[in-house]
Amino acid sequence: MSPGTESPEMTSLEADAFVEAAEQVETPEAARASAPPVNADGEQLLEISMGPHHPSTHGVFRMNVVLEGERVRRLKPVFGYLHRNHEQIAEKASYLAAIPYTDRLDYLCSMTNNWAYALSVEKLAGLTVPERAEYIRVIVGELTRLQNHASLIGFLMQDMGASGTPLMYAFREREKILDLFESLSGARMMCNYMRFGGVRVDTPPQWLEQVRTLIGEFPRFLDEFEALLMENEILLSRTQGVGVLPSELAVSAGTSGPMLRASGVNYDVRKVDGYGIYDRFQFRVPLGEHGDVFDRYMMRVLEMRESLKILDQALRDISAGPIIDPKAKLRGLRPKAGEAYGRIESPKGELGFFLISDGSQNPYRYRVRPPSLINLTVLEDMCLDRSVADIVVILGSVDIVLGEVDR
Amino acid sequence: MMRAESITAEQVKAAIDAAIPGCHVEILPNGSPSAQHSLILDNDHAVEIARFLRDDPTLRLDYCSNVTGVDWLDSEISEKIKVRKLVDGVETEVDEVRKTRTPGYLEAVYHLFSMEKKHGPVIIRLRTADRGDGARVPSLTPVWRSAEFQEREAFDLYGIVFEGHPDLRRLLMWEGFADYPMRKDYVAPPDDDEPILEPVSAEGSSH
Repeated sequence: MSPGTESPEMTSLEADAFVEAAEQVETPEAARASAPPVNADGEQLLEISMGPHHPSTHGVFRMNVVLEGERVRRLKPVFGYLHRNHEQIAEKASYLAAIPYTDRLDYLCSMTNNWAYALSVEKLAGLTVPERAEYIRVIVGELTRLQNHASLIGFLMQDMGASGTPLMYAFREREKILDLFESLSGARMMCNYMRFGGVRVDTPPQWLEQVRTLIGEFPRFLDEFEALLMENEILLSRTQGVGVLPSELAVSAGTSGPMLRASGVNYDVRKVDGYGIYDRFQFRVPLGEHGDVFDRYMMRVLEMRESLKILDQALRDISAGPIIDPKAKLRGLRPKAGEAYGRIESPKGELGFFLISDGSQNPYRYRVRPPSLINLTVLEDMCLDRSVADIVVILGSVDIVLGEVDR
Repeated sequence: MMRAESITAEQVKAAIDAAIPGCHVEILPNGSPSAQHSLILDNDHAVEIARFLRDDPTLRLDYCSNVTGVDWLDSEISEKIKVRKLVDGVETEVDEVRKTRTPGYLEAVYHLFSMEKKHGPVIIRLRTADRGDGARVPSLTPVWRSAEFQEREAFDLYGIVFEGHPDLRRLLMWEGFADYPMRKDYVAPPDDDEPILEPVSAEGSSH
């Protein structure tokens, strides 16, 4: 048989499986389960599968949606298309070797993923971070927030049909930030930059100057972006009053990040924990009133302005010094038996790492608390009684990255 | 903004013991510098305790941030002990190894915070009786909705059955998958559906 041709005949084993599968469908339970859903009047409802390959799902994510006419009656997310058992991979690696894997969780924000992991190991092993490293972490963390929020708004507009322009505006700015990441860490997206006890390398010459130039120019982009979008009638009518998330439900469902604050709940881990050196900076926490898609969009715009304030102060106060704790033993770190949960305010929400050490070289338990997954808990609640077109916009406003959802 | 003082495990245990008679709460000390101690709840009162933690006006642990499973294998501790024995008619002291076997169990860990009071984490743990199929703990999804997907994940990857969960299905693995891949004794099946590639020589290929 030459390669590339297939035998048209079934092997007997395949035929058996085929017959078996056909017989299984005929049992009454299976018939009921595969029967189409009906409404109270006995009318048949339409069941559609959105995704996993759909441009609006931001990756490989599927929703099983039941529709009555155009209205959503049920929506069940289906996960796992990008599952690679990240947690087990990390449990079989050393503490240091897990850092590059964290880059690939939320692959738009590798810097903040590194940070959350480094923070948790520092708690577990009792390491300290030198002051300069803390400032560098804040600078790259807030730059990450800027590029994440800008791209999110671009993608959200794309989901609403604004094909290309806003997204390309956002990507133009994002490129500048990725250039900075590249000159700092050697990689644009998979930065692998932070280490427990500090950061990997110091900033190259002129790097801080380049950041200063970038944040000097960024407000002009934000003004332009806002002027382009803010009074756009389509944007307003597609987002206001759509996908409302009441604050009680947001709290109970463990929602975090801009999505939680859009529902009016004042909870920002940067303020609550003041991890790193965040309690030194003056910045406000923007809060929404309605908890709809528009408020979630606005949170991102306002948070970018606050990030610029933090960056400004960090660049003013940063001083020379060491960048890593000399006690931090990167290779062959063996923390004392025990556990720690560390968390940060990543651009998507509360990103946490739960680590259990049994005294050996690799963590006994390594758990990622994924904000993207947990923020989807309320997806069905937000979409019920809305139309199919609204699902796309509501999902877009949650801000998910499937690398983190499925891990 | 003033940061709220963190709440200790002892304070939480005292509050639970005072509010819910007959329950059994044990403090599990944590040896790491993080000093995040946790509380082991008895499964019979777990839902009641969870409701109390959420609703009590001084605790108000309204935010269940992280839910996950941990697999603890059967462990065997060997210790050397000295025993007096008759050896050749003379009583002498000999070394003997005594083995203590502790059966393994699965554990569900919940990290609780308070959005209202801004304190936390308070860590609670539920333990199954063993590691067998259908090892169960009560579900806390009726108390905190955020546990819905995370308990499904722990069920999927560890095989912990959460009793009272409204929709306990696998989350990341597919339906029909039989094993629990995050367990410590999980062995991945051999990759038998990998395509076998035949070597192709440069001149022999007609494509």
